[in-house]
Amino acid sequence: MAKKLMKGCEAIAEAAIQAGCRFFFGYPITPQNDIPEYMSARMPKIGGCFLQAESEVAAINMVYGAAAAGARVMTSSSSPGVSLKQEGISYIAGAELPCVVCNMMRGGPGLGSIQPSQGDYFQATKGGGHGDYHLIVLAPSSVQEAVDLMHNAFDLADIYRTPVMLLADGIIGQMMEPVEFHEHEQKELPAKTWAVTGWKGDRPRSIVNSLYIEVDELQEMNDRLQARYKEIQEKEVMVEQYKTEGAEVIVCAYGTVARICKSAIALCEAKGVKVGLVRPITIWPFPEKELRAVMAQPSVKREITVEISAGQMHEDVRLAINGMKPVDFYGKPGSYTPTAEEIADYILKTREA
Amino acid sequence: MLWTNIFAGFGGQGVLLIGQLLAYAGMYEGKNVSWLPSYGPEMRGGTANCSVVVSDEPVASPCINMADCVIAMNRPSLDKFEANVLPGGKLFINSSIIDKKATRTDIDVYYVPCNEIADSLNNPKVGNMAMLGAYLEATKAVDSKSVLDALLYKLGEKKAHLIPLNEQAIELGKASVRDQIK
Repeated sequence: MAKKLMKGCEAIAEAAIQAGCRFFFGYPITPQNDIPEYMSARMPKIGGCFLQAESEVAAINMVYGAAAAGARVMTSSSSPGVSLKQEGISYIAGAELPCVVCNMMRGGPGLGSIQPSQGDYFQATKGGGHGDYHLIVLAPSSVQEAVDLMHNAFDLADIYRTPVMLLADGIIGQMMEPVEFHEHEQKELPAKTWAVTGWKGDRPRSIVNSLYIEVDELQEMNDRLQARYKEIQEKEVMVEQYKTEGAEVIVCAYGTVARICKSAIALCEAKGVKVGLVRPITIWPFPEKELRAVMAQPSVKREITVEISAGQMHEDVRLAINGMKPVDFYGKPGSYTPTAEEIADYILKTREA
Repeated sequence: MLWTNIFAGFGGQGVLLIGQLLAYAGMYEGKNVSWLPSYGPEMRGGTANCSVVVSDEPVASPCINMADCVIAMNRPSLDKFEANVLPGGKLFINSSIIDKKATRTDIDVYYVPCNEIADSLNNPKVGNMAMLGAYLEATKAVDSKSVLDALLYKLGEKKAHLIPLNEQAIELGKASVRDQIK
């Protein structure tokens, strides 16, 4: 298929539809409005359902309902709106249901700004709502990758019966890049025997629930979740390594920032300094082993994490590297997107220190 | 081949559109491209800008700070972005409404009378296309044929009759900088 120049948000919406998503519930917020706008135009034409809910809280609970009925369902929002969805996401995780939540991160805390940010890393990867749960969190760094990851997102959600988050910054949403919609191989997915589709006496009753009054029963559910998370950590890590071989400095960044780092790496290269990049594509599960292996190379002297945050992913980087070599952080909380020149300057300066 | 560009001007001058046309044209020619608009408060108060990358290699950063080319359609854009042209880069100034000269001496500067060109074609809307023509002449980043293909895609068949007018604007824009190219 020929390439199309598409805005990130629109491409993500189209990719979701092509991945079989037929239900979308959302509430407007910048910078992700092009997703519901696109869905509102397309869903009625393909027999799907687009519904603008009265609030984010309502939207995520509609997602809960559609997921319980076995549908491929998605919602999208941006940071403050995603905060509102957290209770529902926790319930969906507890009820062991698949769905996709898209967060086009903007500056925070509070209403913050509408400019790009990466301040929701903790919320996305550490739980966000109450209880011991994780989402699988996919962090694209281009429009094409966002499109490709949408297929993974719905499949992973079904395989592990868990909410999956596509975590992107506002740049991915607003930028236009060429995209190709590939035919994706249809994975063998587990049958949704648990779905509540109307009981006609031909199977055991399905009950969707996240309330377990008995300690033992709640324990059993939590053990099931933890076993699943362990399996996800073993099997589903995705990471890009860029020029890491023989590098002196390793930069760790995700999303659009990782691409700015690639430009910074070229600037360092021009000055004769070899810098590599480790870019987590899944930020949960975090590519701990992969990062550690790169850092263990004798050529590597230190690591620098770059984020539009006060250093949230940097905590996972530190846990992974665990004191093996020095680490540094460059970035600001809020919405300031660092330039390639600033990042290169920091790398060169830190290296000499 | 790598061109990093910042297109800037008033809202309504069509800077986002010519940036997009460049991105489409690059894509049609098999190059890697990205188009990133300013959005939100940056756009309010009348200035709009977009960063466009056209490259043989995959596009690293779509966010451009220092650009090979800056296209300034109005005075605030010149004031804001003149410093963001890479040494040896190119600065395009809409001389119809910007009375100021560039202060940089380490870059190539092109003065393009966009509004006069548009007036000569009796259509004030095509000043942006004149500027795009000047850009194409000075950079040869993409072929103007690809730009016109992109414009036809954007306009749709119903408005295909506007293509010759836009083509004329591109040609006049090209001609306006021919003797400024060093």
